[in-house]
Amino acid sequence: MAKTKVLERKPLTFAERTFIPQIVTGLKTTLAAMFAKTITLEYPEQRPVIPENYRGVPTLVKDPNGREKCVSCQLCEFVCPPKAIKIIPGEIDAEAEPDRAHVEKAPKEFDINMLRCIYCGLCQEVCPEEAIFLKDIFSMSGYTREEMINKKDKLYELGGTLPDQHHKWDKKKAAEAAGNTH
Amino acid sequence: MEFITNTLPFTLPIVFSVAMISVFMGLCSYSVLAERKVSSWIQGRTGPNRTRLPLLGHIPILGNILTRLGIFQPVADGLKFLFKEEITPGHVKKGYYYLAPILALAPALTTMVVLPFGRFVDPSGVVQPLVLANIDVGMLFILGVSSLGVYGIVLAGWSSNSKYPFLGAIRASAQMVSYELAMGLSILPVFMWASAPGTDYGLTLFGVVEAQSGLWLVIWQPLSALIFLVSVFAETNRLPFDMAESETDLVGGFHTEYGCFKFGLFFVAEYAHVIMGSALFVLLFLGGWNFLPGMADPWGASQFGAVLSVLWFMAKVFFMIFFFIWVRWTLPRFRYDQVMALGWKILLPLAIGNLILNTLFIAIYDTL
Repeated sequence: MAKTKVLERKPLTFAERTFIPQIVTGLKTTLAAMFAKTITLEYPEQRPVIPENYRGVPTLVKDPNGREKCVSCQLCEFVCPPKAIKIIPGEIDAEAEPDRAHVEKAPKEFDINMLRCIYCGLCQEVCPEEAIFLKDIFSMSGYTREEMINKKDKLYELGGTLPDQHHKWDKKKAAEAAGNTH
Repeated sequence: MEFITNTLPFTLPIVFSVAMISVFMGLCSYSVLAERKVSSWIQGRTGPNRTRLPLLGHIPILGNILTRLGIFQPVADGLKFLFKEEITPGHVKKGYYYLAPILALAPALTTMVVLPFGRFVDPSGVVQPLVLANIDVGMLFILGVSSLGVYGIVLAGWSSNSKYPFLGAIRASAQMVSYELAMGLSILPVFMWASAPGTDYGLTLFGVVEAQSGLWLVIWQPLSALIFLVSVFAETNRLPFDMAESETDLVGGFHTEYGCFKFGLFFVAEYAHVIMGSALFVLLFLGGWNFLPGMADPWGASQFGAVLSVLWFMAKVFFMIFFFIWVRWTLPRFRYDQVMALGWKILLPLAIGNLILNTLFIAIYDTL
């Protein structure tokens, strides 16, 4: 058994036993706290600083040329632990983007159910095209369950364009122009 | 014209009472605001700062300042209580359940009848108190009526017919009964000094204030003041003695089953008691409307002087209300048995000792 050391306590003085000096000290502390700066944020006007790698609402991003990055490989749908993502793959419009059509796919529908999402960020981690990102948005609200399902256009609206440096299609074109198709 | 002058003796008191009740209720609602604001400042928050009245709140700079200070908040608070859904639980005893909030508020409002809040000089040059009813047993009246307030709490706890309110009510009644003794005994020396036989004013509170024109009784009778202050905290059910509510162990205490305006009445009653307690402490120990200890009152004989005396009295009362809130966030809540031990084993013997000491002192002083 461990040795215990009993500490001798100093007997309280008379002033200490009346508690009045202690109460006065306490009152001083609270008075000082009263004139200290407030530590709260006034929320809707002031927003907290969100760190860079914050995992907020998942969104889809476009590349700098405004093209969809998602190729609807459905890896995120597969990896999503609460099964919040639903993708229906579709074709790329051959007239709008003749380069990419019949080479890659694009999602016809891309739904993320924010009532199911657990903000784990696995979708962002798994995405081979870096098309899905968890942004700094932390508050979502709606009146119905349907409103809380983010459709494809909403996801692109939230995500916007990411100024990344990959330029996949530009490189391919440049290689083609140089007579070096694969 | 003749009709007016004839009925004046009847109508004037009514007008005065209505005016005083409205001022008092206004003070109650603003002490709720003070509580919220001071609490939030002490806790490093901002407190209510959003409520804005349509016209007044949109005056360019002033409106913003008033809104930031939460000046319009009491309106919103009151309206919230009015418009909430009125729920009466099925298991309560209806009659007493409805009676309890009224019983809690009525004594608190009744005591203000005998509360002097200023002084004026009448045409014959005599200093008179500003008070609704300057009765000779003012302090006894206040002690008697204000302790009726415990019936409201007991009835609320009992008629709610559930455990937490019942426990809260039992605690409240035991606490109030025990602290009443110490409170009564602590102010006896005050009256022994201030209204000795042969003084002009008898037992009136006005007499106590007039006796403090030279030296405040808090300096002369610090022990009485301390015991009285602690007892007032206990009587008004404020922290650190809020056994009746103690939301950490009793949900809401005696008002757990109450909602909307009935809860609002309890709420107002608590603050009415706080204001009454502060006013009493100011009257008995802090010299009422007397300027400062050892200094002659600067208020003259004019009407303006009367207003000044009222304002000075109010300033002291506001400080005491602030002190109540300040202590609330400084001291932790006592355990129930500690409250009882403090009341019966420390404050009551102290008060009795204080009384005997003062009696002996006065006896020796008079024979010399």
